[in-house]
Amino acid sequence: MSIRPLILAGLDGDRTWRLQDYVARGGYEALRKIIKEKISPDAVIAELKASALRGRGGAGFPTGLKWSFVPRAFPGDKFVVCNSDEGEPGTFKDRDILRYNPHAVIEGMIIGAYAMGATRGYNYIHGEIFEVYQRFEEALDEARAAKLLGQNILGGDFSFELFAHHGYGAYVCGEETALLESIEGKKGQPRFKPPFPASYGLYGKPTTVNNTETFASVPFIIKMGGEAFMNLGKPNNGGTKIFSISGHVRKPGNYEINLGTPFSELLEMAGGMRAGRKLKAVIPGGSSAPVVPADIMMDCTMDFDSIAKAGSMLGSGAVIVMDETTCMVRALERLARFYHEESCGQCTPCREGTGWLYRVLHRIELGIGRPDDLDLLRSVAGNISGRTICALGDAAAGPVQSFIKHFADEFEYHIENRQCLVPLAVQDAGSQIYVGQSC
Amino acid sequence: MLSQESLQQIDREIAKYPSDRRQSAIISALRIAQQEKGWLSKELIEFIAGYIGIPPIAAWEVASFYNMFDLEPVGRHKITVCTNLPCALSGGIHAADYLKQKLGIGFNETTPDGMFTLKEGECMGACGDAPVLLHNNHRMCGFMTIEKIDQMLADLEKQ
Amino acid sequence: MLDIEIDGKAVQVLEGSTIMDAATLAGIYIPHFCYHKKLSIAASCRMCLVQVEKAPKPLPACATPVTNGMKVWTRSKEAIQAQKGVMEFLLINHPLDCPVCDQGGECQLQDLAVGYGGMHARYREEKRVFFNKDYGPLISSEASRCINCTRCVRFTAEIGGEMELGQAFRGDHAEIMTFLGRAIDSEISGNIIDLCPVGALTSKPFRYSARTWDLSRRRSVSPHDSLGTNLIVQTQHGEVKRVLPLDNERLNECWLTDKDRFSYEALMSPQRLTLPVMREGDDWHAESWQIALAFVSSALRNVVSEQGGQALGALASPHSTLEELYLLQKLVRGLGSENVDFRLRRSDFRSDDVRTGAPWLGMTVTDIHDLNSILVIGSFLRKDAPLLAQKVRHSALRHGLRVSTVSSAAEDWRMPMSTRVKVPPARMVSILADIATALAEKTGIPLASNLMQRESVKADIPGEAYAIAEELLNGDKKAVWLGNFAEQHPRAAELHLWAQEIARLSGASFGFIGEAANSVGGYFANAVPSAIGLNARAMIESPRHAYLLWGAEPDLDFADGAATLAAMTRARLVVAFSAFDSPALRQVADVILPLAPFSETAGTFVNCIGDIQSFEASTLPHGEARPGWKVLRVLGNLLELPGFDQDDCESVRAEALSGGNTRLDNTIGDVPAAKVPVPNADTLQRVADVPIYFADPLVRRAASLQNTADAALPVARMTQVTMETLGVKAGKKLRIKGSTGGVAELEAVVDENLASGCIRIAAAHVSTVPLGHLHGELTVERV
Repeated sequence: MSIRPLILAGLDGDRTWRLQDYVARGGYEALRKIIKEKISPDAVIAELKASALRGRGGAGFPTGLKWSFVPRAFPGDKFVVCNSDEGEPGTFKDRDILRYNPHAVIEGMIIGAYAMGATRGYNYIHGEIFEVYQRFEEALDEARAAKLLGQNILGGDFSFELFAHHGYGAYVCGEETALLESIEGKKGQPRFKPPFPASYGLYGKPTTVNNTETFASVPFIIKMGGEAFMNLGKPNNGGTKIFSISGHVRKPGNYEINLGTPFSELLEMAGGMRAGRKLKAVIPGGSSAPVVPADIMMDCTMDFDSIAKAGSMLGSGAVIVMDETTCMVRALERLARFYHEESCGQCTPCREGTGWLYRVLHRIELGIGRPDDLDLLRSVAGNISGRTICALGDAAAGPVQSFIKHFADEFEYHIENRQCLVPLAVQDAGSQIYVGQSC
Repeated sequence: MLSQESLQQIDREIAKYPSDRRQSAIISALRIAQQEKGWLSKELIEFIAGYIGIPPIAAWEVASFYNMFDLEPVGRHKITVCTNLPCALSGGIHAADYLKQKLGIGFNETTPDGMFTLKEGECMGACGDAPVLLHNNHRMCGFMTIEKIDQMLADLEKQ
Repeated sequence: MLDIEIDGKAVQVLEGSTIMDAATLAGIYIPHFCYHKKLSIAASCRMCLVQVEKAPKPLPACATPVTNGMKVWTRSKEAIQAQKGVMEFLLINHPLDCPVCDQGGECQLQDLAVGYGGMHARYREEKRVFFNKDYGPLISSEASRCINCTRCVRFTAEIGGEMELGQAFRGDHAEIMTFLGRAIDSEISGNIIDLCPVGALTSKPFRYSARTWDLSRRRSVSPHDSLGTNLIVQTQHGEVKRVLPLDNERLNECWLTDKDRFSYEALMSPQRLTLPVMREGDDWHAESWQIALAFVSSALRNVVSEQGGQALGALASPHSTLEELYLLQKLVRGLGSENVDFRLRRSDFRSDDVRTGAPWLGMTVTDIHDLNSILVIGSFLRKDAPLLAQKVRHSALRHGLRVSTVSSAAEDWRMPMSTRVKVPPARMVSILADIATALAEKTGIPLASNLMQRESVKADIPGEAYAIAEELLNGDKKAVWLGNFAEQHPRAAELHLWAQEIARLSGASFGFIGEAANSVGGYFANAVPSAIGLNARAMIESPRHAYLLWGAEPDLDFADGAATLAAMTRARLVVAFSAFDSPALRQVADVILPLAPFSETAGTFVNCIGDIQSFEASTLPHGEARPGWKVLRVLGNLLELPGFDQDDCESVRAEALSGGNTRLDNTIGDVPAAKVPVPNADTLQRVADVPIYFADPLVRRAASLQNTADAALPVARMTQVTMETLGVKAGKKLRIKGSTGGVAELEAVVDENLASGCIRIAAAHVSTVPLGHLHGELTVERV
């Protein structure tokens, strides 16, 4: 088995998150090395590029390349922002990183700021995890006290201030420009791009936004070298990745594995299917990723390219596992309601279309679907997809398209027979309160 | 309108941002105000807007956009249960049903004694701990079996 | 320059242009709702999605920057499909109430739905419903019709200067509202009616009164402030139903003040005079024009033959047309009098002897865009000239224009302000002298010799004067403006002189905002006294035997309403020409002749930048009201005066403008310093503003405007310190006494934006007329 955790390595629940524990695990060595050896920002970025680290927030954009876009020579403030606004159904890795290993994120952000010449940073933390926000604030205080943040970090000439910013319940703020608007104290409504944050970001200044896990990976890359990090995974898919497994498995939880590990191995690590039931489908990258039927999924390896080939996305690595007791109509209806609830209301197709999708699916689930509803759903989803300011529109349309594509018979059955293909009693048995064994 | 302590907390949030960017602290300021007062009345929102120095409608936009803000009074204990798909697969809906039955209220309702309000939540980013619920926005409770729910309610009633 | 091809048409555009800009240049229309040329780009309606070569998905034309060699298709299959998809989304929750919607016929959604909408609805779920909002007396809300384009939200923040509207909630619950359901207070709020592409925001006064396709359209010019805003007056059955802006990039752009938009309601006011009325003892009766004019001509002849021409004085509103003012002065001069004036609220006329031309803005309106620094002296800018204020605001917000002001009240102009200095009226001259002295010191250019020895020039210059001087030395393009408060100041000529010096020392342009539609035109018409004539103040202080009162109300339109009323009440003959009846007119006049207001006459206004803008009547005169120029022409004939046989308004205008009085020049020669009275310790100096909706007879009778916050009853404003000194409390009624004994009872209100030792009380309202002069000293008693 390919268990070589880095970010989650050596962690002991709530007990080893403090600075001294992190330092004992070799923490802040990467930063010390950069400051002491005066490694140039360009060299840091080159190391990142060599690592083939791809953004862990969902889009999978090469991090080194992203960092190289920031106009370092731009006079005045530049910002690094960490996106810890994790709220996509199925995703729960950033919470564990922040509460168990907050200093890895802080160190990664400091290194990022150094590489991009940023003077200030913010970590935007999801509203519902207030306790994690408080802990991160404590970790920041520790880092400040240890001269790891502030003026002349570790006695060098690099200075950087870092703060935590707390959200308050809006999934869309996970979109990077909505997140910036939210830090500016506004509604989290995404901006039209271009301009991109690299040139016009927070307060109109050059800004880089990266995911929590991305930042947390950075110290390890600097410490072990970019190539070694890449070799943990596979080319174009470097390093380890944390997968959040939820749903019908025995041991839901976070698993850090090397990219390219077969899905079957991951499923095994998560204890396999509950009660010996059969796997029906998997959403491999958070609720926005297209659903993948069991047989296709079992042939996949867990990396960006393989999942893309299967017609889905690795996304944030949130793997929602559904067994044979799952009614796909009901599952999709719940996701559609989520996107309807979370649409920011700014642009027309998403504002109007997500509600339309949900209402039609709700009708079908209630047993009052119409014969042309599936065509209508496909058409409405098509009219949202690719027409909105941000990816939330695509995220809302994607599940509708893939669920109907792979499970058309179930939807048709539901419309014709005004009930689920999976008997209600079976569904009920499959969705009882289940508390997984802690891993 | 707000206690000295809350105002100090708000000042600490304001200090995180450049001095001409006080608006950045609006979400935190509203959060701190709500924690003290239980919910955000329009008067409170206007006070916070004035304190931060933004038009009241800008604060209202924010208060009405982020769904953890309560624009109506809620019970002493607001319990928000996640029923999104990953939680639902592990019993989120059953947990919510149990709460409804136990408290005798539905979602968005408050018990007649003003103790409990039940809300349906969206993803809290803790699907691995399903079933998950939030107590008064800030305390997350995971792995909520029937026994743990009973225990929690008993503890809260004692408070 | 960038090359772009749109629908096969090659165009060159400037770097930074969007596809929408390029399409406009190529004459290609791309459907849109949220995009508006004067607002920031939202890119949210998605109606302007177009196909772009190499782009994987359709892009919004309004927000996508042109790149060199870009190829765009606005009507390809992909583009049309995207646009139709968006249209369907916009329509699913839009109510089907077009037959009862005021926007019908001029609705962008309706228009585009014809081109892009489907034949039948695929949406069969319940439609969304929102409660309507109460935005005050001017704007009507039909919230369910809203398509969330947010133009109105962006307007209040970006053009109005204060975010009054917002889009609250999210997703398909998102709705436009004010905070706590407040009324929209901006003085330019009505523009959101024009901006709203659907019927969600419509005009409350116009509501359900006509269908737009039944309206006739006439070009006109605003009779109110000095900008000369271009109007489209819409009429039906001889009645003005609505007023809209006529785009003029040099002046009002596509905007309109609420005053210009809604004052038309006064045209049908019950106080409109529809027949000449004459006094008989204490009674009044209607008369024919023939009899009334015969009476007027013989009465005038009698006064002149018995008391001489100088016994006659003519006082005209600065809102009168050029032609009216010209014929009026010609008539008066024909009768042997030089006593004619239109500057009714002024009290210092010393600059008349030394001026070289007509005072004007001193720059074009479009030049405001490029200014680096501006000093506005003595002005309630935002309310006196809302669209000039908007230009300054725009430049301050977008281009970093630094705005400074010196006045006795520091109002919220809803724009970033750099330096604000407030001094009591009595210190206005000395603070300008301080600023000029500071400038002389900083630039090394000596003060003009006539100013150096003045007592207002001190060695001890306050820091705020240095601060203003520094602002004015910023950048290359600067301006100094004098506002209405400065023009009405008892030492206005000295303020003028010092402002001129400040402008000289800082290299700024220099000018006057101007009070009214024809504040410049009055000079062009020569409606000012010659050296031997009496000005507006002198005609009241040395009462005449006979007055011609033109378009003005004696109590409300003068520097000292009480004195004017007294002088005219004592006069042997007062002939009033007015569109409206009023108790004060009945008190002073012997005859009132019904005038046609701007919408019922041809005429000309010369605005603050010297634009001579003529207009035709939009409707026939109401009742027996008649265009003023015609009335004067007939009267001239009856009086057998030469030169009153013009056939039409154009001939009058041509004659008026041929006289060589048309020089725009703010330069004045030396004005000696007035003896400064020692302020009385027991009195407060009055700061009188002329509130926006009290300013002229027309707007005073516009019913909906009179229900806005800006038309609230006058109160007595003071700083908390002043209140404490007086021992009075906010909210209590005060008995306030003018220097000549008149009394007003007003509520005390705290106003920290006022210079100390002052009391701010609005003018132009019947309740404050007894207080006398705008700049009088007042004593305060508790009731």
